[in-house]
Amino acid sequence: MNVAGTALSLGALSVLLAGMVHVPAGDYLPIRGMGGQRMHVAAFEMDAHAVTRGDYLAFVKTHAEWQRGKVDPKHADATYLAEWRGALEPGDAMDLRHPVTSVSWFAASAYCEAQGKRLPTTDEWEYVAAASDVSRDASQDQLFQSRLLGMYASRSTSAIAPIGRGFRNVYGIEGLHGSTWEWTRDFKPAEMTNCAGAAMGASDATNYPALLREAFRSALTERSTARMLGFRCAANAPA
Amino acid sequence: MSPNNSNQSALPKYRTIIIAVALIVGIPLGIQACNQASTRDEGRRVIQIRQPSENISGQEVAVLTQAPNVPPPITRNHPTRVIVNLDVVEKTVRLADSVEYAAWTFGGSVPGNFIRVREGDLVELHMKNEASSTMPHNIDLHGVTGPGGGAKISLTLPGHESVFTFSAMNPGLFVYHCAMSPVPMHIANGMYGMILVEPKEGLPKVDKEFYVMQSEFYTKGKYGAHGLQTLDMDKGVDERPTYVVFNGGVGAVTGDGALKAKVGDRIRMFVGNAGPNLTSSFHVIGQIFENVYGEGGSTNAEHNVQTTLIPSGGSAVVEFGATVPGDFILVDHAIFRAFNKGTLGILTVTGPENKKIIESIQSGVAAPPAK
Ligand SMILES: [Cu+2]
Repeated sequence: MNVAGTALSLGALSVLLAGMVHVPAGDYLPIRGMGGQRMHVAAFEMDAHAVTRGDYLAFVKTHAEWQRGKVDPKHADATYLAEWRGALEPGDAMDLRHPVTSVSWFAASAYCEAQGKRLPTTDEWEYVAAASDVSRDASQDQLFQSRLLGMYASRSTSAIAPIGRGFRNVYGIEGLHGSTWEWTRDFKPAEMTNCAGAAMGASDATNYPALLREAFRSALTERSTARMLGFRCAANAPA
Repeated sequence: MSPNNSNQSALPKYRTIIIAVALIVGIPLGIQACNQASTRDEGRRVIQIRQPSENISGQEVAVLTQAPNVPPPITRNHPTRVIVNLDVVEKTVRLADSVEYAAWTFGGSVPGNFIRVREGDLVELHMKNEASSTMPHNIDLHGVTGPGGGAKISLTLPGHESVFTFSAMNPGLFVYHCAMSPVPMHIANGMYGMILVEPKEGLPKVDKEFYVMQSEFYTKGKYGAHGLQTLDMDKGVDERPTYVVFNGGVGAVTGDGALKAKVGDRIRMFVGNAGPNLTSSFHVIGQIFENVYGEGGSTNAEHNVQTTLIPSGGSAVVEFGATVPGDFILVDHAIFRAFNKGTLGILTVTGPENKKIIESIQSGVAAPPAK
């Protein structure tokens, strides 16, 4: 990245400084629960990239209770960090750049807390996820929605890409859709949505990408881990 | 009951039997069989509040098969606990020559594994979603009585497994499918199959049984466009399939995959339609169905049927005898689909000709205009 470039936006600058991006306040249409009303989202900060295995390794080194083999089974199920070679061996140098996955909600929350951050709320996450590379709200952009479906369909657990190579949206936030699903702070939808009834009450039954994300979250418990489930952190905007 | 008896003498003999059966069935249920109702329509019956079997004995693991194969008939004469191991596998499948589809499957193939159990069995279904999957999945079996047909209790993350039991109380041929939101995507991506619940008394013996399932694919590329294809949602919503196929791909039931039988074979086809949108006008060119058990039901057959409707999410059991040799083409008789979208299969019958049944006298000889 050209640090000297004068064309750097303020957003991109904050990426360089803190690894976080400032997301201005705005609103979006949640897939459920608002009766078709838009939801206001206050300004906040969000990690530009997913948390990597390398980041997570540093965390478990200083927080041994989150190492595989030591973690409380109440806080993570049996596939916690299952892809790692050992409790402190996430893999080779390339693997260190990959989003960390197979971590539970408890673990992701603890990680963010250790950084002085928190998990993004579902509203924050979805608000940012509605952005394309040119627009903050591309939820009605059929080409973009179709592109997202294509991204989800071409995902593969055997080819999770390193961070930095994924789709970067208009905020400068990267990899929200490319490699993995991501935890949110309040991941469980108000209503279970695993049946045909999922179309009922959806604010936009044609927004399949949002429905897929909601469906994934609906299958989770706080202990759940999965090879294609990672996270990134958020923080309140400075007052 | 005296009015029944006085009317009975005037009725044909079979009606007497029906009344007797109705009384036998009705009395234990505490229902007084009404003379009028029991004689007017032999297909009509009182609504039953079904109960699970009380005497489940033993346990066995179900034999599952990939289309066009069907597990062997059940010879047991009692209900048992049947373990069904159905894995969810996301994998690329062949849709046509040089065309692949990023599918989601039950058991690694489209359509999914065929399950065969007996009426009254207690089915213990183990659904493992492979760790390599990208989506959570579940299963809604139309043969299950209960919310979501099992969908709610089978919601399974990648790398996880769900187990649930259900009582197979109604006999019939039932579609199953994934019902994870957004459901149309999970079905359009290949997540369907069939479960046969054999009636207690079994099915009449036949020589060949086949599993055929029709479904649609909605791809970004045009029909025949090479390479890996994924779902085109707009085509799905507009109900404009790119492909309509039997057993998961163009040509899956032709060539090496063609169904094979001999002259003299009694043939039974378990035919399902996964949709997700279209109704099938199922027809076998050059054959008349001797029996069609429509809607996958197991009791009343229509006879001498040319084409039978199979709704999306429905099934039919069709039976006929192979009388002469040749290739008999399975089609959806909404014929553009067969001609341009892939809905073709072949049943090859070998054996001796029978010229009394069909014989060429002359074929396409020039016919001069009459003078
Ligand atoms: Cu599914």
